[in-house]
Parts: sequence; structure tokens; C-alpha cells
Amino acid sequence: MSIKEEVEALRSVPLFAKLEPAKLKLLAFTSQRLTFAPNQVLFHQGDPGDAAYIVLEGEAEVLIDTPQGPVKVAEIGRHTIIGEIAILCDVPRTATVIAKSRLVTLRIDRDLFFRLVNEFPQIAVEIMRELAHRLEKTNEQLRRAVSRAPM
Amino acid sequence: METNLYRFVLKYAPVQTAVVCLLTLASLPLYYLSLEVPKNIFNQAILGKIDFPTEVLGVSFGRVEYLFLLCAFFLLLVIGHGGLKQYVNTLKGRLGERLLRQLRYELISRVLRFPLPHFRKVSAGEIIPMVTAEVEPLGGFMGDAIAQPLIQGGTLLVIVTFLFVQNPVIGLAAISLYPLQAYLIPKLQRRVNQLGKERVRAVRKLSDRIGETIAGVQEVRVHGSAAWERADFSDRLGIIYRIRFEIYQRKSLVKFLNNFLNQLVPLLFYSIGGYLVIQGDLTAGALAAALTAHKDMSSPWKELLDYYQQLQDSRIKYEQVIEQFMPDGMLDETLQAPVEGPLPRLDGAIELTNVSLIEDGNTKWLENLTFRIEPGEHVAFVGPAGGGRDFAAMLIARLYRPTAGRITIGGQDLLSMPETVSGLRMSYVGPTAHLFAATIRDNLCYGLRQRPVRPRERDAGDERQRRRWLAESARAGNLALDVEDDWIDWSAAGLQDGQSPTRLLVEILSTVDLTEDVYQVGLRGTIDPKARPDIAENVLRARAALQARMTDPELASLIETFHPDRYNANATLAENLLFGTPVGPAFDVDRLAENPYVLRVLDKVGLTEDLVWIGREVAATMVEIFADLPPGHEFFEQFSFISSDDLPEFQTLLARVDGRRDMSPADRGRLLSLPFKLIEARHRLGLIDDELKARILEARRVFRDDLPESARAAIEFFEPSSYNAAATLQDNILFGKIAYGEARAAQRVGRLIVDVLDELNLREAVIEVGLDYFVGVGGARLSQAQRQKLSIGRALLKRSDIIVINEATATFEAATQARLMDGILKACEGRTVIWVLHDPILAKRFDRVLVFVDGRLAESGGFGDLQRPGTAFTELIAAA
Repeated sequence: MSIKEEVEALRSVPLFAKLEPAKLKLLAFTSQRLTFAPNQVLFHQGDPGDAAYIVLEGEAEVLIDTPQGPVKVAEIGRHTIIGEIAILCDVPRTATVIAKSRLVTLRIDRDLFFRLVNEFPQIAVEIMRELAHRLEKTNEQLRRAVSRAPM
Repeated sequence: METNLYRFVLKYAPVQTAVVCLLTLASLPLYYLSLEVPKNIFNQAILGKIDFPTEVLGVSFGRVEYLFLLCAFFLLLVIGHGGLKQYVNTLKGRLGERLLRQLRYELISRVLRFPLPHFRKVSAGEIIPMVTAEVEPLGGFMGDAIAQPLIQGGTLLVIVTFLFVQNPVIGLAAISLYPLQAYLIPKLQRRVNQLGKERVRAVRKLSDRIGETIAGVQEVRVHGSAAWERADFSDRLGIIYRIRFEIYQRKSLVKFLNNFLNQLVPLLFYSIGGYLVIQGDLTAGALAAALTAHKDMSSPWKELLDYYQQLQDSRIKYEQVIEQFMPDGMLDETLQAPVEGPLPRLDGAIELTNVSLIEDGNTKWLENLTFRIEPGEHVAFVGPAGGGRDFAAMLIARLYRPTAGRITIGGQDLLSMPETVSGLRMSYVGPTAHLFAATIRDNLCYGLRQRPVRPRERDAGDERQRRRWLAESARAGNLALDVEDDWIDWSAAGLQDGQSPTRLLVEILSTVDLTEDVYQVGLRGTIDPKARPDIAENVLRARAALQARMTDPELASLIETFHPDRYNANATLAENLLFGTPVGPAFDVDRLAENPYVLRVLDKVGLTEDLVWIGREVAATMVEIFADLPPGHEFFEQFSFISSDDLPEFQTLLARVDGRRDMSPADRGRLLSLPFKLIEARHRLGLIDDELKARILEARRVFRDDLPESARAAIEFFEPSSYNAAATLQDNILFGKIAYGEARAAQRVGRLIVDVLDELNLREAVIEVGLDYFVGVGGARLSQAQRQKLSIGRALLKRSDIIVINEATATFEAATQARLMDGILKACEGRTVIWVLHDPILAKRFDRVLVFVDGRLAESGGFGDLQRPGTAFTELIAAA
């Protein structure tokens, strides 16, 4: 379990994929490797968002509170980022995340992340590109949904 | 206080001064003889001007024998005169030091009696240098104050007499210029004295300004006004420079004049004496003797002049200090003298009759107050700010003296009550509490220290020594009570026989909501296991209990226990190597790579090269990931092994040693210093493999086995079965490291430790350790809220009959304030409580509410009664 492996994990996350290796290493070095036991909660829906997590090992479940109780909406596996929305904009957690098995994550602290972005604008550019890409995709989906809908 | 330096000396040391004077006078005849005998040796024995054999005390002497007899007599005289002089000097030294001690004591004890409002006018920056530096030179002078003019004047008189005996004209010539000197010198000195006064004032203002600048240094920095401050100081220093240089010039002028006039006297001798010799009225030998004697005159004359200048200096210093210590309205000295015997209780009614408080003659804080508070009543003082509610409370607490009117408790006049009584039977807590630089325990018990209650037990030898110590205090007019006795009056705190004082303190802590804080502080505290074997043993039990719980696999992953034969991935490489806690600087982690013994151990197990290699890897990684950050970025402090200042240096170092095995010792040393702080589990650099771990364990064994006896005290090894005196209680219980990378490990381990301690009933033991926590200067190591709670605890501990609380809980948030008030009022049931409230709603908890408006008592009554339309109280509540 060395930092190299974490750098690899970061590289496979689209948000960070295009960053140069030294910056990824800095991000990994300043982040914390955190292990959760099965059924341990990473965060609750409505909590203030203080960090994003990248799954290094294991699986997690994403639950959303409904009037009928929590409903599982997704499962997350290796090299996925969780909670990145919370570190980019100041919103409470939109879902609860629970470790399904033994879950090893890399915890990226929100403040640390912002300081990195401040220091290295190219990170910000990469993130903008990725977000624009996502927006593009969402627009595409929306267009398709609208054209399919009955007039 | 004596306003005159001489009177001070005579008042406090009349006998000693008289003895010194008498002995001084007694030495004068000896001095005369020591002038006379050499003359006789010369004239009688050497020149043979008398007939031999001669008879002395019925024994006949030849010329040579007579010479030796006179020499022997002269020797005795020298020994006698010298011995007496030495003895007198010792007496004078002791006299001076005692008087200085007395003077300082008097000044400090006056500060303790200053009327409290006076402290708004004087600053510590002025008072401290007066007591410490300004009076310091007075010590030497006071010992000499009376003896010095006697001895020098006497010596001078002896010489003059000797001269007159030789020849009256010569005698007259010797003193002929004295009248001129006596006229001129004081005239010149007068201006020096004035300057001396100015100097004292200027220096005092300077120290006051320095104190002010230090207190306000935040403002100076925030406003960038350092240049203005510097200019101000430069100006003040300039004034002092001008005064000092002028004093120097004038003093040296006095000395010059004096020397010059003294040089003129031989001229008179040569002219008048020469004339007389030529005329045949005087022998040449007598003139020569007169010249020698006159040379002897110049030394005492110079001493007298020095004394005169010093006297003027000291007189000014003394007077200028003293006048600062005589403010109007000082507390009567007798009221602060400790009272003997059982102290009366203050369980009567408090009565104020026509009480007014007027400051500086025109500011009316309170006017014509008349009210009564029954014993055991809980009363709230409310009113608009500036209405007088706080002044009324402070009057009752004796912090102010009423300008007019009378305050009595149980019929006894408050102002004439000894402070020992009101200090123990009444407590006061203000809005900002002061803590002393001592432990939490000392601060809590401070309110019980009115007088010594139990003498300290000593063996006979120590006891004798101590008695001599105290006798000396008494001789210097100091209070001869022993500060080493036990001063804490536990019986006043309600301690029963056989009960432990700690129990009482724990109760108080819980009343003021401080238990958890002190408990946490205790966990982070250290103890000396030799002094407290009981606590050490309990901690070891807790360690065993924690280990037992760790068999649960879920908990086991939270803590990595220290094991003599295992590498601890959550500890630093240094901790793994030393396997102990460094005591003192010898094995400090930052300097480990420079420690010759550590280097020897590393060489012995062949680790040095590996660590240098790891150091190079660490440096390379740091340079790679931190190189682009601006210098001084907070990441360096938080994460880097190399500071931003050193990073460029390592960059060039790496380029220099790239791919080479032979590097300079300095480069090796720098690289070797890096790996010691490496924590495998935290830094995840993957540099410490199993093979290396095995060799670090080998180094651990060698380090311990080879450790020289002299370095044994510099480290406390981790021993599974013994207490580590250098580590905190918590670390001793943990005996390992909280694992990195386990979610919420620190909180879960914290809870685990609390559970274990509670199970073993060790909570109180930990609190006891916490009570010994040093709070820092002014309590700076505690939070504002903790300081405030501690000061309330201090007031409650002494179980006084009357408790005055002046907005002491106003800074807490509402829930805490309500909880504290309820707890305190419950603890004070049956005792009189006066509580000044900022928020009138809080008055609901009290038997009666007094409303102060414009310095007058506007209303008094129950909370419900006052809440009618049209009352001032209703208005207050509406405004709140």
C-alpha cells in the first residue's frame, strides 16, 4: 500500500485524469487513506460536505432518504469518486454512503483541495473541462428526453 | 512611612546604627596612633632622639630592642585597626541589606493596601522598576548613611588635628580652601539634584511606555505604527540622554574643581611653609611631615565629597519613590494583619445605610442607598448599565469604600473588619477572573489561604535552620510567617476528618461544569510514578484492561500496541529505533542524526547506508511534489519533511549526489536526518520493507544493550509492564499508537479509554492529575470560559456565608449559563447570595430583586411582584 498505487487510482478518476504526475502525487500525499468497516457510514445525507472520497478497495452503497425510508440508488466500486459535488460547491450531502464491504478510500479534504486549486490553475482548468464535458452529456440526455416526450 | 531617608534609617535600625557609629568612633584613636607610632619609630628608634636604654612599663630596652618593640606595637595597631574596620564594614553591609529588604517589603505591602480605584491611575510598568531597580542602590547607601560621614569626617579631623599639633599655621594652610569648596560645591550640586529628579521621572515614563507598548503590541502591528512608536521611544531616549550627559558633565565639574583646589594647598605649603623654614620658624622635617599628612587628607576629603553626591542622589530617589506609595485612602495596616483564633461567621443581615459612592469629587455612582439583605437570602441586582448595580455589589465586596454612609454585616461595621475575616467568609467573582500562574488545584484553593493553619513538619536540624530564617525576616521588619507552612484552611471548605480534599475539589468542579475539562487535561498530564505509585499502578491496570479489550478484532485495528519485537507502522522510525520516549534534548528527534551514539548503533547494524538511501528518496519525493509551491506555503508546515527554506538546498544536494556513492559527510548527514520522522502508515511512501524493519529492530536491541550508563536517564523505554514517566497518562494506557487510516479512530479510542477508566473507577485519579495542570501566566493555558468557571469554583470552595457574583456567567451561552446558575444557587442554599445580572429575566431564580436606576435603589421585591405595569423592572424586561 504505497502512494504510487493511490496516484494510479487518482489517474483513473476522470476529474483528475489529465493532471501531471507530480500534482497527483501531491494530492495523494496530502490526502488521508481511510479504511471503513462493513456497514460503517462515510457520511449522512444532509451533512455538510467536507471531503471527497476515492474508492481504492471494496464497495459502497449510496442511499437516499424518502418518506418510505432509505432507498438504495447506486453501488460504487473501485476507483470511483464519491462526494465531489460537495467539495466543488457548498451544498449539503445529497445522499448517504455506507461501506458495503471493507472499504479503503483516499479522503481528499475540501479545504486542502481548494488550496491546491488556488496554487495550480491548471488543475482548475482540467476540472472545468471535465465539468463542461459532464454538462454537455446532461444536455444531450435532456435533448433526447425532450424529443422523445409526447408533444 | 518616613519621608526622609535618615529618619527611615534611624526608625528601623536605631541600635544597629548606634553600634556602627560607636565602633567607628572607637577606631579613630587607633588611626591617630597609627600616624603617631611611625613618627616615633623614625624619630626615637632610628634617629635615636631619646636616651637608651629606655624604660617601658618598668622594663628596660636597648635601641634595637626598642625598635622591634615599636614595630611589634605598630603591627598590633594595624591588625587591630584593620580588624575593627572589617568588622564595622560587615555590620554596615548587613545593616544596609536589611534596610533595603525592609524598604522593599514596606513598598510591596503598601501596594497591597492601595485603595483599589488607585490601580486605574498607576501602572505595573511604573511600580515594578521602583521596587526592584530604583531602590537597589539605596541598600549600599543606607548602611553607610550615618557611619560614612563619621568615619571620613573623623579621619579628616584626626589629620587636621595632627597638622595643628605640628604647627598651627600649617594646619590653617591645609584647611584654608575648605570654606571656598564648602560654598561652591553645594551650589553646583543643586542643579545636579534637579537633573537627577528629572532623570527619575523620564526613566519612569519610559518604562511605563514600554509596558503600554507591550500590552498593546497587537494594535501596533495591526496598524503598522511601529515607526511612530520608534520615533516616540527615540524622543524619550533623547531626553534621558540629554539629562544624563548634563549630570555627567556637572558631576565631573564638581570633581575637577575639588581636585584643582586640593592641588593648590601644597602651593600654600611651599610658599608659606617655605617662608617659615627660611625664617627659621619651622623645621624642614616638620614641613615634610605636613606635606605627607596633607596627602593623606585628600582621600577622606574625596570620600566625603563622593558621599555628599551619593547622599543627594539617594535622597532624591528615596523621596521620589516614597511619594508614589502614599495615595489617599490606603487601607489601615492592622486590617490586613492575620487574625488569630477561630474566625467569626458573617451570617447576619447586610445593611446599607445612606451609602453613596462618589469618585473624584463629582462622578456620582451611587446615592443614598439604604437597604437590608437578610441572611440566607438570594438577591438579584438588576438595572440599566451604569445604573449602579455593579457598584452596589462591589461596595459590599469591599472593592470600593463608600464615600458616605455605613455598611454593616450582623451589626458589625464592614470597613473596620479584618480582611482575614471578610476574605474567608465572603467571596466575590467578577466578570473577568484572574488566575495565578500555578496549578488548577492551587488556584481553586487560593481562597483558603488567609493564614497558616498547620506548621510544616521538619526534622530538628531543618527546623532550627528555618527558625533562624524567620528570625532574620523579623529583624528586617518583614512578616515572619512561614510560606512553607500549610496555609490551606480545609476546615473552612467543610472538610470532615479523614476525608480527602480531592473529593471536595471534584464536587466543586462538577458544580461549575469543569469536570470533563480537568479530566481531559489529566489524561494529557504526566506524573512522577515514584511520588504517586498508586496512580502509576492504576494506569498499568487500565493498560492491561485495554489490552484485554483489544482481542475484539474490530477494536484491535484501532490501536497498534508497542511490542518489543515488532515494528510499529504507526510510529515514527525514530520511535521504532529508540523504543522509548526521549527525556531532555539528548535524543530529540530533530537532532537524532547528529547524536554520536545513535550513529554508532546504526553503523554497528549496517543501517546507515539504508537510511541515507531512504533520506535521498524522501528528499526526491519532497522536491518533486513541493517544488512548485510558493515558499512559506502552509503545506510545508503541515506535510513536508523539508521546510520551504531548505528545499532549494536539497534540490542542489540531490543533483550533486545523483548516482554517486561517495558523498560528503555533510550531505550524508543532511539526508540521514530525514527518515527519522517517517511514519510508515501515515506517509505511505513504501520505503520501509520487511527486511529493513528487521534491521531496525536489531538496531533497537543494540541501542538498548549498548546504551552507556550516563545516557540512561535521557530515555524512558517502552516497557509493557512498567510505567513510562515521560509519557502522558493516555499514552501510558494506550501503550501504542492510534492507527492511521481507520475511520474515526481517535474518537473511538478516546471513548474506549474513558470506558476502561470508568470500569476501574479511575476517573477521580485522572482528575487528580488534571488538578496539577499548570494554568500558565494569568491562566493563559486555559480558555476564557474555563478560567471563569475556575474562578467561580474558587469562590464556592470556601463555603463563605456571603457570595457576591458580578456578571460572572454573562459571557456563557444561554444554556450553559442557566445550568451554571442553577448549580451554584443550589450549592449556596442557606447562604446569602448577591448576583448582579445583565439580563433581568434571569432574576426569576431569586428570592428578591433590587432594581438600581441612576445610582439609586428604584424598586425592591419578588420577581412576580415587580412585573406590574409601570415599574422600572417591567421596563427593563421589555428593553431586554
